[in-house]
Amino acid sequence: MTSPVAEPILRVGELVKHYGAGRGNVVHAVDGVSLSIGPGEVLGLVGESGSGKSTVGKCILRLTEPTSGTVSLVGRDITHLSRRALRPLRRDVHIVFQDPYSSLNPRFTIGQIVAEPLRRHRIARGGEAARQVTAMLERVGLGAETLSRFPHELSGGQRQRVSLARALILEPKLVVADEPVSALDVSVQASVLNLITDLQRDMGFSCLFITHDLSVVEFLADRIAVMYLGRIVETGPTAEIFAAPRHPYTQALLSAAPVPDPVKQRRRRRVVLSGEVPSPLDPPPGCRFHTRCPVAVDRCRTEVPELRDLRLGDHPVACHLVTTDHVPDATATATAGE
Amino acid sequence: MSLLEITDLTVGFDTEDGTVHAVKGVSFGVERGEILALCGESGCGKSVTAMAVPRLLPSATTRLSGSIKLDGRELTVLPEAEMRRIRGKEVAVVFQEPMTSLNPSFTVGYQITEVLRRHERLSARAARARAVELLELVGIPAPHRRVGEYPHQLSGGMCQRVMIAIAVACSPQLLIADEPTTALDVTIQAGVLDVFRDLRDRLGTAIILITHDLGVVADIADRAVVMYAGRAVEQAPVEELFARPRHPYSLGLMRALPAAAVVGPDGRRRLTEIPGMVPSPLSDPQECAFHPRCPSAQADCTASRPPLERHGDAHLAACFHPGGHP
Repeated sequence: MTSPVAEPILRVGELVKHYGAGRGNVVHAVDGVSLSIGPGEVLGLVGESGSGKSTVGKCILRLTEPTSGTVSLVGRDITHLSRRALRPLRRDVHIVFQDPYSSLNPRFTIGQIVAEPLRRHRIARGGEAARQVTAMLERVGLGAETLSRFPHELSGGQRQRVSLARALILEPKLVVADEPVSALDVSVQASVLNLITDLQRDMGFSCLFITHDLSVVEFLADRIAVMYLGRIVETGPTAEIFAAPRHPYTQALLSAAPVPDPVKQRRRRRVVLSGEVPSPLDPPPGCRFHTRCPVAVDRCRTEVPELRDLRLGDHPVACHLVTTDHVPDATATATAGE
Repeated sequence: MSLLEITDLTVGFDTEDGTVHAVKGVSFGVERGEILALCGESGCGKSVTAMAVPRLLPSATTRLSGSIKLDGRELTVLPEAEMRRIRGKEVAVVFQEPMTSLNPSFTVGYQITEVLRRHERLSARAARARAVELLELVGIPAPHRRVGEYPHQLSGGMCQRVMIAIAVACSPQLLIADEPTTALDVTIQAGVLDVFRDLRDRLGTAIILITHDLGVVADIADRAVVMYAGRAVEQAPVEELFARPRHPYSLGLMRALPAAAVVGPDGRRRLTEIPGMVPSPLSDPQECAFHPRCPSAQADCTASRPPLERHGDAHLAACFHPGGHP
């Protein structure tokens, strides 16, 4: 029943998540986020702490209930499904968390952990389950001797491979990966990232890859969405955003991440943002970035910019200063490296 | 004479499973006004090496040998009372977690003035005025107001600036910063690194920056020491190190970064992995500790341990088959 034009695997529309913070205060964690991921596509959701990127991930799995907005999986709106009605759909979407130490149950063996989804969904048990688990562990680079081990016997990199095996054993259509390599050392991170790319291409799942690390999304993602204070400020193809970021915040973020080459790094122009990220309890009116934006004008302080691409391309930006023939340059006011 | 001279430093910890050899015969110096990066992955011994300088390692279970000279004075044998006069005054430390390093029950002003009153014997009023100056120095806006606030009222980046203000309060000759920006966002990190650069330029403070992030090393350090399994395997000026890494481990670290992805024969972008795992810290092999993971390893790598040898100006590497071309 697939239509000729590939339907997105995930579509998120105007997602809002507000948390009550007592005394009538409201944390505006996510405020109107829309995104979609096509079949086999990797979308990198980038932002700093408090930008709301993890909350988006949790709302997609309904690990937390959205305040408003819609989440559709393969064309089906799951926003208002009951827990029971949701259960069969959980086969299609899985999550990998950041911390490989707290996301595996210490009292289960690796074999039990990876077999859990098969058992939950009554797909396989006994010898057949054991066969599938062994095969899946092998795909993530772990030998059969791992089956009877406990999480504490494994290194961080091995545990993250177990998390991947558990997430992928039901061959889901979508994997939400929330900072899956951030806790790992560079050499271990490299092998886990290679593994994720291989599995993703071989199994063809779509992926929402949530991270603060720009170099990781540049390596892995087909498209990127940049979040700031609960909103997406820019989204588009990875290469295009890295080559020509349009939003002043994206420009600042890219310029602030140091490149591992002293000659290049010391010649780069950097935007050092003034001030701090405002509190999500009381986000600024107008453009949420205006309080730190080096090129903000009066209009930015009052009027909320819409996320749109005036050139009708695939690279929308939420900034008043972006017009069909002009892109602001936050680095114009910047200082050279040293 | 270098400001700090570490010679053949060896640190072991007694544990139930035996002695953990955290640092094995590490030697390097730090010049006045120099920013030295101490880099390597988890467990390589970089933090233990640095924390041995202000003697912040647990005394009961630590076995330490070798020499640590600050300005010609041997710190390892100094009586604790004298060490206390050096700690915070001549050598200061900034830790990774700014939120847990500050005491939540005292104002930031109190925590800065505490050092000043202890070491400089300043009056309460003079110390307070100096605290405001220090907050200004590390780039905290509205320092007059901030000085009376508690840590929970400040963001992570601001708390780290307060930690740096405390560390530099007595104008130390040496500042040790242990992953000072790892817990911070990149846009905040850039500002904090600027504070370090500024301190070095204005006050001539020497800084040992412990980090796993090669981007940070490239950004701020003058020279770097790369550690692996408790040993310094390479040291060189930063531009030289990145241009011509001699030790296969240093090269491996640089190639493993996502920024160094290569296109494989099948057209897929791939990262260059370092196969295998770090050796157990309980072992103390008499061979090159990296050889099981090393693409250049040969028979002699298992016969004895390669010494740290000079490869050009100020460039040292511990490898029998170093890469890179002069």
